[in-house]
Amino acid sequence: MSADTTPAKTPGVGPVEGVAVYDVDHPAPFIEAPRKRTSKTPRSTRGNFEMAAWLFMRLSGVVLVVLVLGHLLIQLVLDGGVSKIGFAFVAGRWASPFWQGWDLLMLWLAMLHGANGLRTVINDYAERPNTRLWLKGLLYTATVFTILLGTLVIFTFDPNIR
Amino acid sequence: MPAGTLYRGREGMWSWVAHRVTGVLIFFFLFVHVLDTALVRVSPESYDDVVSTYKTPIVALLEYGLVAAILFHALNGLRVIAVDFWSKGPRYQKQMLWTVVGIWVVLMVGALYPVLGHAVRELFGS
Repeated sequence: MSADTTPAKTPGVGPVEGVAVYDVDHPAPFIEAPRKRTSKTPRSTRGNFEMAAWLFMRLSGVVLVVLVLGHLLIQLVLDGGVSKIGFAFVAGRWASPFWQGWDLLMLWLAMLHGANGLRTVINDYAERPNTRLWLKGLLYTATVFTILLGTLVIFTFDPNIR
Repeated sequence: MPAGTLYRGREGMWSWVAHRVTGVLIFFFLFVHVLDTALVRVSPESYDDVVSTYKTPIVALLEYGLVAAILFHALNGLRVIAVDFWSKGPRYQKQMLWTVVGIWVVLMVGALYPVLGHAVRELFGS
């Protein structure tokens, strides 16, 4: 191999490692493996948020099947269905810490499950970055407000408000 | 339907579409439901006043639709979990969808009288 057959010092320098991607001994361009870890890659890139969200949807979903179907059975089917519901009925149920805890857990899991579902829908259909930003901002604001409001109502409920 | 919006059709895609649509509907109802329940902190009268609209025949029909959406989303959600975590899940996804639809129909028939009975009595007298 003579010097005049090598056109430049480092022909086709790889963008990541800064070394020649091909030379006489490797005539075909060498392609870097996708997402290859190099000395310039940060130690942590994105974390596992999407995997945690995926798992949360399944775990909260199983719990919500029990909580929500139980809720529907009590509110809409048993004991006269929707006709019985009123302030007195709510007062009777929230006198028990068990039903307070049931409703609190249902509120938090359902709101977070629904918010993450809608986050996925926004990611799928809103294409412009600004639209995504505003829709998600609205979603997160409404979610935080509703969770806090519902939690406050369950904890500060007063049967003798009159 | 605009061109290019059909993915693969059949059971797999349409159950995904139905899961998404019912999920969004349930989530929007949830906001309203937390707000109406929050009225118990205002006064018993304002709460009872709003809940009385839930007992009218038209809203009873909407409640039946809500029950339909929740039951489908719950049953199909269990199917999605089975597809993800059960080794034979993807192979039986069609059979599981028709099982979901079958259970859903039975439960919806069962919910007919409890959810809509009072509305029918109100409309046609008992």
